[in-house]
Amino acid sequence: MPLDRKQREGDEVLLMGNEAIARGALEAGIRVAVAYPGTPSSEIIETLSRFAETGKLYVEWSSNEKVALEVAAAGSFAGLRSLCVMKQNGVNVASDFLLHLGGSGTRAGLVLVSCDDPGALSSVNEGESRHFARLMEIPLLEPADFTEAKEIARWAFELSEAIHNVVMVRSVTRMSHASGNVVLGALPDRPVKAAFVCDGPVSDPDTGPVISTPVVAKHRLQQEKLRRAASLFEESPFNRYEGPESPELLIVTSSACLLYSREAVTILNAQNRVGILKLGTTFPLPQELIARHLRTADKILIVEEVLPFLEEQIKILVAERAGELGIKTFFGKNDSAIPMVGELNPDLVAAAVGRILKIDPPTVPAEYAEKVRELSAIAPKREQTFCPGCPHRASFWGIREALMRDGRNGFVCGDIGCYAMASLFPATGYHISRTMHSMGSATGLASGFGKFKPFGMEQPAIAVCGDSTFYHAAIPALINAVHQNSEMVFIVLDNGGTAMTGFQSHPGLDVNAMGEKVPLVDIAALCASMGVPVSTGDPFDLAGTRETLNRLMEEPGVKVLILKQACALAPEKKGKKKYKVSVDEALCRGDACGCNRICTRIFRCPGLLWNRKKKKAEVDEVICAGCGFCAKICPAGAIRCEEAAKP
Amino acid sequence: MTDMLLKDPYNIVITGIGGQGNVLASRLLSNMLVKRGFKVTIGETFGMSQRGGSVMSHIRVSAKSVWSPQIPKGGADLVVALEPIEAIRVLAAYGNPAVRTLVNVRAIYPVGVITGEDEYPSEEKIREAVAALSAQAEFIPATDEAVRLGNPILGNIVMIGAVAGLGVLPIDAELFESVIREGMAAARVEPNLRAFAIGRAAVARK
Repeated sequence: MPLDRKQREGDEVLLMGNEAIARGALEAGIRVAVAYPGTPSSEIIETLSRFAETGKLYVEWSSNEKVALEVAAAGSFAGLRSLCVMKQNGVNVASDFLLHLGGSGTRAGLVLVSCDDPGALSSVNEGESRHFARLMEIPLLEPADFTEAKEIARWAFELSEAIHNVVMVRSVTRMSHASGNVVLGALPDRPVKAAFVCDGPVSDPDTGPVISTPVVAKHRLQQEKLRRAASLFEESPFNRYEGPESPELLIVTSSACLLYSREAVTILNAQNRVGILKLGTTFPLPQELIARHLRTADKILIVEEVLPFLEEQIKILVAERAGELGIKTFFGKNDSAIPMVGELNPDLVAAAVGRILKIDPPTVPAEYAEKVRELSAIAPKREQTFCPGCPHRASFWGIREALMRDGRNGFVCGDIGCYAMASLFPATGYHISRTMHSMGSATGLASGFGKFKPFGMEQPAIAVCGDSTFYHAAIPALINAVHQNSEMVFIVLDNGGTAMTGFQSHPGLDVNAMGEKVPLVDIAALCASMGVPVSTGDPFDLAGTRETLNRLMEEPGVKVLILKQACALAPEKKGKKKYKVSVDEALCRGDACGCNRICTRIFRCPGLLWNRKKKKAEVDEVICAGCGFCAKICPAGAIRCEEAAKP
Repeated sequence: MTDMLLKDPYNIVITGIGGQGNVLASRLLSNMLVKRGFKVTIGETFGMSQRGGSVMSHIRVSAKSVWSPQIPKGGADLVVALEPIEAIRVLAAYGNPAVRTLVNVRAIYPVGVITGEDEYPSEEKIREAVAALSAQAEFIPATDEAVRLGNPILGNIVMIGAVAGLGVLPIDAELFESVIREGMAAARVEPNLRAFAIGRAAVARK
């Protein structure tokens, strides 16, 4: 079962990739582990928080990724091995500090883990974080299976200390969220005392100030560190070749793509024709090693997800060594052998290899495929939706009613969290977010929209953000809006935790990742300190939300509304119903007279069903969370709420 | 119970809706197989599981090596569906004439069905389609049985019991008990054992 303190060295256990990374960091003796949560990375710190112990392992959910990396770097500067974790777009947030950190260098091992999400299984982007390693001139490692995830995470700290710089490890969803057998190694137990030695000369990396100046000299030193990493990579066990001595086709790959490539070759039964060079060290490349393998084949297929990171580097290598390596035929992203967007799988790689070697991949029998076509059509699609009892559905319903009453064609700038779903399905009622970008961007956009009245823009702008997003990135934009005297309503959808990624703590809560009681930063008090009016409400109070919002939209300047109601999945709510909800069939008008099935067709709560035979709405008691909000939207008053009996 | 795999790798898909305990079911089954000495790879899609979407775990079981966390199309040997139309969706992508399929018959309506835009097929139609696309198809009232045990979430454990009842994998009640005793509070063990036994009997007696 999950990684825990009971397991011992030598145990073979089933670990999720993220747990394997956490275990590798523990085996490296980390003292500091810091992150901002984000799928698919969150389980690394969640796992480590189970090993947290005062004075032995400090674990923190930081307010955002840049702060997280700064905290982790402080650990390194103080002589503590430190880990910082984020999802792919978190690296963008941390990148300004990362640029300067790469220049200043580090002390004790510092590792940045980025978990990318090819195919955007739980993201609103397909960001490619590997390019940051190249851009920031720091080494990059990519594990290709679960054992290697642990080993690479462990070794990355040694590498960081060998070159005195931060090292990046990149995972992907299909590695982080996949699981496999891992044999546990030893957990070191060396005592450690933290101290920041900083009274030496500027030129001494171990005792001087940790700064990126003098820039040119430090930049030169940084590149020497990369060359040192490259020479270590030439001998790295994380780079391996499997296949015949002189393959007809050489696949060069990394990460989970190794497993897809290996399976593709098996599917095509082409083990004697195809070789696979798997790289675990993908920046800077081990050039001699790669050149040795490029000599063995004329056709090269590069299998990687998102952008052509390896492909471009290898093509440069081949161009530089053209005399020695000769002419190669490349397949990859550039010729569309491998799709440029979306995630890969064994079938896509088999199709690419099959086209190159002129082998048709096996398919299911035609008769079976025909049956599938005929029979699978009966399965209706399953869209994502707000959970039953979700306060966001109620908030957006209230905002929608206020916007309709306001009548100036106002709109909502959406943000990142479960409430991002309000920007999907634009055809239906309360899905009214009309922009969606990075965390906190709704507030910055609304700050801009609110200044365009002199250009004739009359539409009111409303920005929404979640409570965790508020601390992460909305505050600077809100300060800007206040200072610029923009006209906007800023709504905080406060559901009491970082709900989408699994209820991690944030600065608005009085408990931290260590489980300690800590001071909280109150959203309302912070907003009020900016000198703007702050209202609070309960999204389940529909009339109250509507009235407050309409009043605020009439007022000049920045107005803050905090809509506070715990997530329907919050541990304190789960399984507890406030109301027993039912439909009075005598009152339900159904299709007949004008409501047009507002409850099921527009409100779309999974707890409400449309009974096609009776032509009446009904409540699915297994699914209904008992919030009672739907009773407020039924124009006929047919939805009844009784206080639920206490369990 | 067999000691060997019928095929290497043996490919299992567990599918359902967020909240049905899909991930726990795949972990429990896989942990049993790791205890038997196999290499197991699980690939999971659960990033959106809290929001009513389909959830799917791909389990690859091998005596030898690590396999891709995604099963190739048409490559499932066993499909375990915690929700009936998800069985059809998975068979359409990963089914083949030799696949075995276990279906929990309790429907969970997609939002399009709730709104009246789409129609949910009758149980009879679902049974016909699953049977036509499988070499062996078993339909188990797992949620009903779990409700009788006092908690609908145990439906996933009834289905794991049904997998044991099929006899295609080296797992039994004793192994199941050793795995859940490691990861669960003592009070939860007993209902889980009962759920497992019910599922096992539902398939084994046929």
